[in-house]
Amino acid sequence: MEQDTIAAIATALNHSGISIVRISGEKALEVAGRIFFNQKREKILKQPKSHTVHYGYIYDGQDLIDEVLVVYMKAPRSYTAEDVVEVDCHGGLKVTERVLQTVLKNGARLAEPGEFTKRAFLNGRIDLTEAEAVMDLIQSKNEFSMKNSLNQMQGSIRKKIEQVRARLLHEIAYLEAALDDPEHYELVGYGEQLDQKLDCFLQEGKKILKNSKNGALLKDGICTVIVGKPNVGKSSILNLLVGKERAIVTEIEGTTRDILEEQVVLHDIVLRIIDTAGIRETEDRVEKIGVERSKKSVEEAQLVLFVLDWSKPLTKEDREIFKLIQNQKKKAVILLNKTDLETEHPLKEEEVRNEFKFPVLSFSAKEEQGTEELAAYIRDAFFEGDLHTEEEIYLTNLRQQQLVEEAISSMELVKQSIAQGMPEDFYTIDLTRAYEALGRMIGEEVDDDVVDEIFRAFCMGK
Amino acid sequence: MSFVAEEYDVGVVGAGHAGCEAALAAARMGLRTIMFTVSVDSIALMPCNPNIGGTSKGHLVREVDALGGEMGKNIDKTFIQSKMLNQSKGPAVHSLRAQADKRQYSMEMRKTLENTDNLTIKQAEVVEILSEGNKVTGVKIHTGGIFPCKAVVLCTGTYLKARCLCGDSIQYTGPNGLKAANELSESLKKLGIELMRFKTGTPARIDKRTIDFSVMEEQKGDERVVPFSFSTDSEEIQIDQVSCWLTYTNEETHEIIKENIHRSPLYSGLIEGTGPRYCPSIEDKVVKFSDKKRHQVFIEPEGLDTNEMYLSGMSSSLPEDVQYKMYRSVKGLEHAQIVRNAYAIEYDCINPHQLHPTLQFKGVEGLFSGGQFNGSSGYEEAAAQGIVAGINAALFVQGRELMLIDRSEGYIGVLIDDLVTKENHEPYRMMTSRSEYRLLLRQDNADLRLRKKGYEVGLICQEEYDALCEKEQKIKEEVERLETTMVGAAKKIQTFLEQHNSTPLKTAVSLAELIRRPELNYDIIQEIDEKRPKLREDICEQVNINIKYAGYISRQIQQVEQFKKNEKKQIPKDFDYDKVKSLRLEARQKLAALKPVSIGQASRISGVSPADISVLLVYMKQKDNQK
Repeated sequence: MEQDTIAAIATALNHSGISIVRISGEKALEVAGRIFFNQKREKILKQPKSHTVHYGYIYDGQDLIDEVLVVYMKAPRSYTAEDVVEVDCHGGLKVTERVLQTVLKNGARLAEPGEFTKRAFLNGRIDLTEAEAVMDLIQSKNEFSMKNSLNQMQGSIRKKIEQVRARLLHEIAYLEAALDDPEHYELVGYGEQLDQKLDCFLQEGKKILKNSKNGALLKDGICTVIVGKPNVGKSSILNLLVGKERAIVTEIEGTTRDILEEQVVLHDIVLRIIDTAGIRETEDRVEKIGVERSKKSVEEAQLVLFVLDWSKPLTKEDREIFKLIQNQKKKAVILLNKTDLETEHPLKEEEVRNEFKFPVLSFSAKEEQGTEELAAYIRDAFFEGDLHTEEEIYLTNLRQQQLVEEAISSMELVKQSIAQGMPEDFYTIDLTRAYEALGRMIGEEVDDDVVDEIFRAFCMGK
Repeated sequence: MSFVAEEYDVGVVGAGHAGCEAALAAARMGLRTIMFTVSVDSIALMPCNPNIGGTSKGHLVREVDALGGEMGKNIDKTFIQSKMLNQSKGPAVHSLRAQADKRQYSMEMRKTLENTDNLTIKQAEVVEILSEGNKVTGVKIHTGGIFPCKAVVLCTGTYLKARCLCGDSIQYTGPNGLKAANELSESLKKLGIELMRFKTGTPARIDKRTIDFSVMEEQKGDERVVPFSFSTDSEEIQIDQVSCWLTYTNEETHEIIKENIHRSPLYSGLIEGTGPRYCPSIEDKVVKFSDKKRHQVFIEPEGLDTNEMYLSGMSSSLPEDVQYKMYRSVKGLEHAQIVRNAYAIEYDCINPHQLHPTLQFKGVEGLFSGGQFNGSSGYEEAAAQGIVAGINAALFVQGRELMLIDRSEGYIGVLIDDLVTKENHEPYRMMTSRSEYRLLLRQDNADLRLRKKGYEVGLICQEEYDALCEKEQKIKEEVERLETTMVGAAKKIQTFLEQHNSTPLKTAVSLAELIRRPELNYDIIQEIDEKRPKLREDICEQVNINIKYAGYISRQIQQVEQFKKNEKKQIPKDFDYDKVKSLRLEARQKLAALKPVSIGQASRISGVSPADISVLLVYMKQKDNQK
């Protein structure tokens, strides 16, 4: 049947510990082989036997993504009856998505809704007397993903995409008009003009992509870091937010600590707490790298939880951490922890507020007090204030990220054609691809757009 | 009174550009063929512009020729000026356009038809298509004469219930005052065929002696003329060419039009038909593009033996008195005498969704149609459909499998697929932008793409076919040689590269690599290609294009492979979409109405989503499993 190789996350997108990226098709093994290595960065999947499990690491170029188990199932003894490679990822949802992205970059196509099941059926793997079920599944999954993408596609991002699309369409139409009616429309010097316009479109495209990667707040949660000098109680706050069991689950020996993160739900808000390993390390070993470490994670964060010990006076180290948060211009809230302790000279909320200029909340990890106030603060700061005015762009859907990437690389190919002095009609090939990719993002059909735009914008014909 | 006149295999209704190709194809394939026309003197008439070809239309003419059609040969015999358009652009958009001597064009075509075996020409108006059950049995003409036919091809152009408008003056005629065909529409409706009303128009013809050419820009033909037909020897067509002339409308012209716009039947509501956006009337241009201060007007000769000049760019349906004022406001036309007025024409045509991609009607077996009757516009579009309809009518009678040309094989395929699949609300004109694989569908390789099909149906003779195979082989060998012949950093090579502003070599590369450099090509590197065989010009051209654009070409070939997979998945004729409950309602209705032949065609219907296609595939597989 269809020969191309597809991939998707095959497990439910929830907070379970392990999720699976499934690759199916003729090139499944080839694709996996390109990104899966052992500790010495040697290729592992050379000629594996069917139904074997392999241990190793997924790399995106030079970047280590995750420590994984890979299962190989040769056709036809697999779910789809095609060659299948399944990658068991341990690093949480975000990491799994990166694994998938890496797979897609290396020759697989993102599976359509219900496509694994469809292939399983078409290849005679599932002997369904009720093929209806498969068809219903395809339609319902499709409707679900359409609805999902439409929900995300409201407001500013949709407008941005529509703008870029409209301008792309105009360029395509101009080119086509000139090719179709060379006695009316000239192309002399057009390449240079287009090149400049493309720079501008590319900038827009990259902005959308960057925002989609950094700021996918709604679905993925707000990227949050907990900082503070050793022994102020970061670890217990983390455990409180995460829940103790989960914290243990992710403590896999040998997993690269830099990329460990936890997704937590604080009342109705999703937080993605990064550098959880760092928190544990500094607490456990009372290392002196607290400030250095904080610096790095604060850079990545959108929200900083700055922890102070209520029972002890402020120190030089506290002030250094404050400065680095301030320098990075991050949103921060101070958690005045350990309010459950008896002490003669507690830190006063007002003093702290005056000195550090951040909101201050009393907190007790031990007594589990302060979480509601924290949630209320985040709700205010992210979902009523800045969220809308900054017009941040949320693109959580991987499919859409992939489409922006496709649009960007197509536009880059046009620039390449211009630089190489190709004839003008070659530009339209990749311009059209970019236009189509953006169209699929917002769920619009392409069809006769170009012809319609030619006639709308240009006076054609004799 | 009805009587049975004579029996034929194939009956062709109409003798325009579609009818001529259809009749010639059927007769040349050995079938007894009869062609009906309301006037034998109007065979291959060019009632509008005096040219053949142009962007993308030139491709169609080449493809018709590759299949064994006549249009290319006929224009090669009768052109008076020729140009290859878009020469500064890529090879995919090069397009030939020739000015025709209209009278000669018509005469030559008539001569060819009259001297074709198996072909009868009959002056008569066909008034009824006869059928039994859902099968065509013949035609009836105005005298009551019945001509039993096994297949019928409708090529009625703009004649069905035609009326011509010039201001509020209406004449119930076909183009050029020729008799309209008023009865056939009713017969078609009785067969269950759905009709639409389209509109088109033509500009005035002006007496050459009343034009001041000295204030216009001269437009000459190419120095070296390239023939349309693959069979024409280019040495034999290097003739003395005539010129065309360019002038412009001005603000005064536009004022005159605006003041009188209410008198245009288009704007007064007198015209109901939908007009083409590609050939807008001058009043349309002035209204829709009001910021444009002037529009181009090309003055083109209608032939060598006439003083009539065609005013390309100024078609109109304004009343005669406004036409005089409007034309005379144009620079160089101050004293213009109008020989024929501009007019708009309205006519019946079909919704082409009723056709299979073979151009056979879905509801009437043995009935085919081609040309403007199918909702297209243009001589070339007509000829392209005509030859396909003619070939398939003949194959039908012979009981052979019908011929299909898909979107990856030719502009003809794009044209027909667009007509039979997509929504179309105006006379359809071919455009290069409509072809997604246009890098592969070039005018220079039409023979390589389609000659084999022509050979298989019997329109291309063995000799021509052998020549094609030899050409193919030579191209392949030469490309291979260039890909594998390496050159190193020898002094001779480096000097050569320097001379052509090309970077010197550091390591050895293939000659093909050098050809791919923007500043070089196959021709230029001849100097350093010592073992080059002597090859024909057209073979060299193919070699150069195939190597130079190899990257883009191979990408399109990959796309085509993907496309072909879905084209090959046939949907059974009697497929019952109502049984597939998982299809969304809209998709179910559209699919049931259009009855696509393949999954590929189904996927191009607007309103059918990829998920619907997945569902269809699963359902079809389930059916297979049950068998």
